[in-house]
Amino acid sequence: MEFFHKVTTYPFMHTRRAWYGVSIAAVIASIVLLFWHGLNLGIDFTGGVVLEFAYPAPVNIEQTRGALSKAGFEAQVQHFGDDRSIMVRLLPHQGQDVNAVSAAVTDALKKVTPEVELRRAEVVGAQVGDELTNQGGLAVLFTFILIGIYTWFRFQWKMGVSAVVATLHDPLLIFGFFAVTQIPFDLSCLAAILAVIGYSLNDTVVVFDRVRENFHSMRKASPEAVMDASINQTLSRTIITSGATLLTVGVLLVEGGETLRGFSAALTIGILVGTYSSIYVAGALALDLKLNARDLMKIEREKEVDAMP
Amino acid sequence: MYQFAKWKYWLVILVMLFGIVFALPNVFGEAPALQLSRNDRKPMSEEDSTRVLGVLKGESITFDTSYLEKDRMVLRFAKNDNDQRTKARAAILKGTGGDYLIALANASRMPDWIRHIGLKPMSLGLDLRGGVHFVYEVDINAAITQSLESLASDARTLLREKRIPYDNVTLENNVLRVTLRSASDLKAASDALKTSDGGYDVKTQNEGVGAYIELRLTPAEIKRRQDLAVQQNITTLRNRIDELGVSEPLVSKQALNRIEVQLPGVDDPNEAIRVLGATATLEFRLVDMNGNAYDAERTKRVPIGSKLYKMRQDGTPILLKREIVVSGDQLTDAMPGFTEGLPSVNVKLDARGGARMLKTTRENVGKRMAVVYIEQKRLAEGEVCKGTRSGNDCVEEEVISAPTIQGVFGQSFQITGLMATEASELSLLLRAGSLAAPQAIVEQRSVGPSLGQDNIDRGIRAMLIGLVLTFAFMAVYYRAFGWIANLVLVSNLILTVGLLSMLQASLSLPGIAAVVFHMGIAVDANILIYERIREELRMGNSPLSSINIGFEKAFATIADSNVTTLIAGVVLFAFGTGTIRSFAIVMTLGILTSLFTSVIGSRALVHAIWGNRRKLDHLSI
Repeated sequence: MEFFHKVTTYPFMHTRRAWYGVSIAAVIASIVLLFWHGLNLGIDFTGGVVLEFAYPAPVNIEQTRGALSKAGFEAQVQHFGDDRSIMVRLLPHQGQDVNAVSAAVTDALKKVTPEVELRRAEVVGAQVGDELTNQGGLAVLFTFILIGIYTWFRFQWKMGVSAVVATLHDPLLIFGFFAVTQIPFDLSCLAAILAVIGYSLNDTVVVFDRVRENFHSMRKASPEAVMDASINQTLSRTIITSGATLLTVGVLLVEGGETLRGFSAALTIGILVGTYSSIYVAGALALDLKLNARDLMKIEREKEVDAMP
Repeated sequence: MYQFAKWKYWLVILVMLFGIVFALPNVFGEAPALQLSRNDRKPMSEEDSTRVLGVLKGESITFDTSYLEKDRMVLRFAKNDNDQRTKARAAILKGTGGDYLIALANASRMPDWIRHIGLKPMSLGLDLRGGVHFVYEVDINAAITQSLESLASDARTLLREKRIPYDNVTLENNVLRVTLRSASDLKAASDALKTSDGGYDVKTQNEGVGAYIELRLTPAEIKRRQDLAVQQNITTLRNRIDELGVSEPLVSKQALNRIEVQLPGVDDPNEAIRVLGATATLEFRLVDMNGNAYDAERTKRVPIGSKLYKMRQDGTPILLKREIVVSGDQLTDAMPGFTEGLPSVNVKLDARGGARMLKTTRENVGKRMAVVYIEQKRLAEGEVCKGTRSGNDCVEEEVISAPTIQGVFGQSFQITGLMATEASELSLLLRAGSLAAPQAIVEQRSVGPSLGQDNIDRGIRAMLIGLVLTFAFMAVYYRAFGWIANLVLVSNLILTVGLLSMLQASLSLPGIAAVVFHMGIAVDANILIYERIREELRMGNSPLSSINIGFEKAFATIADSNVTTLIAGVVLFAFGTGTIRSFAIVMTLGILTSLFTSVIGSRALVHAIWGNRRKLDHLSI
């Protein structure tokens, strides 16, 4: 089977100005949402207590909430995965004995349903949460710096800048998605974002690699024609790879259970956005930074020497 | 035509064999087991083994196998046979009089010969097998304050010995200030203090107010003592966990002042916290024989240099000197015993503590010395602190006994005044070591065993479905070459599992997710190659040269694009902790294995199948 029997010749770059508009609008919307709605941060970042209970039969949330508030707890209660499981979340209290809290909550719920089983307890101090937030931010920053340096050296500064801008664009949109949906954002979502950064850049590099090659072989063509040709030549691979990856990530989204919900959602969005951004952000931007054949000639010669397996 | 070097075939075969061997232990699954170790921490011997097996035989308890491993004995039961395990545990406890520590564990069901080679299955994270995870934060500033307090008491003694008159010795903001009566003593005093202990900055001052000496710890010394305090707490936690009997516990330093503890298989976090968190320690202080404790209690006015305590038994007040003779961190051993028919704790001190004790008892025969029992805990909401409260930390101090010093003693002596059970619990806590600095739990996660199993089942199901879908997709889209990609994907998975087993890096749920996500990425390299081959075919090249050019041209792209994902993986590893680290490890290993399998492995396969055909005019791609 083959979706693309001939190399396509879509004029991708022709409409790039319109797509800039789309990208900028999406990024601005994401930032606004991020400040306005904020993220529904998990206890990894805020600190607090999360308890997961399993019931033998479907359980009423309102009743549970009532039982807890009677015991003096101001807790968020929600179903977790199915209607027999609930998740109880308490915000951190200054210096509270966390173990006493989890025991007291369990007792309060056992009074209503003696068979309830505590399946998971997570307690994170507020200070640990703050540190984690800082560390997460640092991790993202470091990834950008290293990736920027790598693409700059391996290609050329115009391509490096475009690649970094494209990879910045993706996590912002994912944050926007999390702000809209209010899916809890936990540590594994952050990991997913870093994986997406890697993935999106992977996509960009494949296109750029072809651009470098084509500037070499299509001496007479305009930069726009070279960019279009490169995107078209790699289009089949781009779609097949995204498809294959989306397939497995989709399985995670459906089968991975509640714990991996945010993680796999972040990956799914990231793969879609990352594929788009390597064409309409990275490729388009490199073009508008006036990337031309001469920029790549010197590098090309070096590559012949050092890149043989 | 292009010759594919022979050694590359061999390399591929060798690497795959290695991967299969290391991945092999994972296919057998696990069964409930018991891990036995000797109470006195000597290695388990064949005699011990025979003794235990004898007990089991007497009770006619069935089990699968037993063997000695790393000073411990492992008893493995039939799959899911928790009943026999529970019975066996009770029988061994009863039949051997508690000579062995028994930990519940899971043991791999792999055959003996694999175990003899020393191979192990992947180590599963707590979210997969259930267990408790804590992070303690050590109050390292308290460690500094404690050491300065002991310096203050040393300074007083020293100046008295040298007969240098002083007004007072005060401690404020971690600066120790010794105010002297006369400025002429400054030199002598500072010389005396300098020799007492290294690591201090000594500053002398001669002002209108009077002559004084200021001592403060050098930054390097502060760092050293803080590290030491954390290190001692780690040692103490390890010892206490040993007493708990947990299989494969993990205690490690996480940050400057954090300690991570992982206890796999522990169901009840509260029990573990109680034993680990019991911060009981002892202090020895002289009793203030001049002051009247009852007066002090009534008027709330305590004589300078003294502190008011209560007796543990009846709550009567007692005044003790502020100076600490010996503190808990100088204890080296404690055993429960009986002295003149009374339960006691037989205590041994380190050399410094022993010397101080010797000196103090020699100078104070006939006076009384108190043994202070100190318990530190963090208060729950609404809980009342019976001792001194600072924030939510509560320190309860009680005097367990205050006997008259009958004679001179040094490094070893007995403490009485406890009930028999208290004596044995206290000696356990003391033997396991005292905590050098107070610590509190800042993070705690526990996963019940049922959720762990759920997570494993979910992960494996997601992996299988992902695998089947990818297989189908690749086979339909690339036909024969698609099957090569699928074979490469499977070998890639085997290699990753093999590496994970070899490195014993713990695999958590995000780690499994990384495996699933990675399957998509792993076929990417093959997709890049096949698209290139198709392109070459379309341009009218012969099938064989299309294969060669396709591989050649795709290589640079594959290398470049994988390096970027590798960067993300390494950064994740560097910044992440716990489960995130597991994700990063799997991602990084996956990239490395997929580089190998798709670039060398897949090429070897393609060449083995199509490379030697004389005439090839069609490719199934």
